[in-house]
Amino acid sequence: MNPGKKQAEMIREISGVNPLKCMKCGKCSATCPSYNEMDIKPHQFVSYVVNEDIESLINSKSLWKCLSCFACVERCPRDVKPGKLIDAARQMVVRKKGQDYLKADEIPELLDPELPQQLLVSAFRRYRR
Amino acid sequence: MKYSYYPGCTLRTKAKALDAYARASAAALGIELVEIEDWQCCGGVYPLGSDEIATKLSSVRALNEAKVKGQSLVTMCSACHHVIKRVNDDMKNVEDIRVRANNYMELDEPYAGETEVLHFLEILRDRVGFDELKKKVTNPLTGKKIGAYYGCLLLRPGRLLNFDDPENPKIMEDFIRAIGAEPVIYPYRNECCGGYISLKEKEMSKNMCEKIMESAEGFGVEMLTTACPLCLYNLNKSTGVKLPVVYFTELLAEALGVKEEIKEEVQAL
Repeated sequence: MNPGKKQAEMIREISGVNPLKCMKCGKCSATCPSYNEMDIKPHQFVSYVVNEDIESLINSKSLWKCLSCFACVERCPRDVKPGKLIDAARQMVVRKKGQDYLKADEIPELLDPELPQQLLVSAFRRYRR
Repeated sequence: MKYSYYPGCTLRTKAKALDAYARASAAALGIELVEIEDWQCCGGVYPLGSDEIATKLSSVRALNEAKVKGQSLVTMCSACHHVIKRVNDDMKNVEDIRVRANNYMELDEPYAGETEVLHFLEILRDRVGFDELKKKVTNPLTGKKIGAYYGCLLLRPGRLLNFDDPENPKIMEDFIRAIGAEPVIYPYRNECCGGYISLKEKEMSKNMCEKIMESAEGFGVEMLTTACPLCLYNLNKSTGVKLPVVYFTELLAEALGVKEEIKEEVQAL
């Protein structure tokens, strides 16, 4: 089995999403507040999984620009949930040893007196294991 | 009315005001909030992976404790509400998660989503009733033009959270009306503030919050209200248009005439 096929299966398994349901309407990208910051756009996540090009997906900037705001999930007329696909790709990265996007050592210089604990726990959950 | 209460990590630290004003208001309304014992942080974000179990257990523990007491579980924070409600839905409807979570928990009786999860705003709407709330207001916030900032976590995904219409919500506007103020609807009220992106990419959330502030100001909003400590933080970090942002519980306490008596206490927190 080629590695892309195996990785695509893993994404489908973690996300529970069937990318073949997508009808390419583009609503997810139209509604995404991070669209301008993303190199691979939300409607394209689906194609990368279908085409089993997971290497490009896990090396994309988009992985770290998704806000989990669920706008794409809410507005998808086919219930494809692009936000869950991108989270699965992110999980594939951070579940590997040493691949955390946020290191504990970085935290002190990111703090300010008003910063809520909620921000730290949320970032830790999304960016590392 | 007696409820199990889950404050959450930030209400013990940077968002003590959200908690203190909620408790004072609940007491004034005859609502008893019983804090559950030894609660643990919900994690702030719902773990999206279908294979995530351990990250959901803190929510399951809180849910089960409320179930054992036969009470509904109440939250104040949008994020806690979002996470616990979605985990509860998993425990009720996703067999794989229910079985594996219960294997970890080893409870006397398996937990299967029996507890009702309510945000305090839902208590005000569905249990107290906004008409009844209006009657209990002693200090109406007459003339104040307040914009509700919903953000994401209270509303989406609408089908799971079942909180309000995710595209055209009205619960917070109805609340604002009940306390005697004037709700102002503006286009960005359910757009994202940037959430956790503000830890590593502060510019991104600043840009998003600037749009929210400009949208609100353009429609005549004088003050924004939220249920989320992270939304409040991000909005306050916005540069450019600066509108005051307050927790909805502070407005409620003010309208019920109990804000002054705990104001010093809150400031000392």
